[in-house]
Amino acid sequence: MADPATFSRDAMVHMDALYSAALRMTRNAADAEDLVQETYLRAYRGYERFEAGTNLRAWLYRILTNTFINSYRAKQRRPQESDLADVEDLYLYRRLGGVETSTLGRSAEDQLMDLLSESEVKDAIEALPDKFRLPVLLADIEGFSYKEIAEIVDVPIGTVMSRLHRGRKALQKSLWEFASARRLLPDVEATDVGGSPSSRTEVPETSPTGS
Amino acid sequence: MSDNCDVALAELYEYLDGELTEAARQRIEQHLRECSPCLEAFDFEAEVRRIVADRCRDQCPEALRARIQSAIDGSGATA
Repeated sequence: MADPATFSRDAMVHMDALYSAALRMTRNAADAEDLVQETYLRAYRGYERFEAGTNLRAWLYRILTNTFINSYRAKQRRPQESDLADVEDLYLYRRLGGVETSTLGRSAEDQLMDLLSESEVKDAIEALPDKFRLPVLLADIEGFSYKEIAEIVDVPIGTVMSRLHRGRKALQKSLWEFASARRLLPDVEATDVGGSPSSRTEVPETSPTGS
Repeated sequence: MSDNCDVALAELYEYLDGELTEAARQRIEQHLRECSPCLEAFDFEAEVRRIVADRCRDQCPEALRARIQSAIDGSGATA
């Protein structure tokens, strides 16, 4: 059995990150907690097989991913992915006035900050099918290289790259849809109409109940 | 949009991922110095990624951390 003190010192510091990834994978806190606990216990039991000097963090993510795929994915009755609709490049950028138009008063980057709240980002990621969600999580949130991701999810690098590419485009579309649905984004072409009758600005001071 | 823009945009993610060769990376940076629309698009994509990563940092519940720690300590002691 591995030395508990060594394992704790080296592996426990990654727990917040693994828990965050587990939440995005399982999409709920109870399963994420179970998944992280199982990952750590498996890692501890297999710690002797871990080669010192190699990447412990990548090894932990590999166990997390395998455990998720083998134990949790099966019970999630989600329609299986296989096909993501094809999404154009620079999907968000085009919709935030980049490329041709710079007529909006604010830069596209300023708008982004407002657009992407924490819950919308999480919802958008969790809406991606597993096959695309895992590489996007591992690259964009955890910062693993293509080679590390290929080892973690056990697919060839070329497959990682194509899934990442499609997954990121789908994520942008998903971000846009979640943000649009919640914020009722103004139509870009309508922004300079001004004083739209449906705007909810001037609320009368007088109360209809009169009391 | 020039051919150079098409090439740069095709390699945008590999550039941001730090996965390009040194020569390819320099070629893109040269283009970005000369092409502000591409630079803006690259900055935008980098910013999307930064925001997405920032919004996905959750904290592991303390009870879970304690449970795992005691399971590990316990198995070591009783082994």
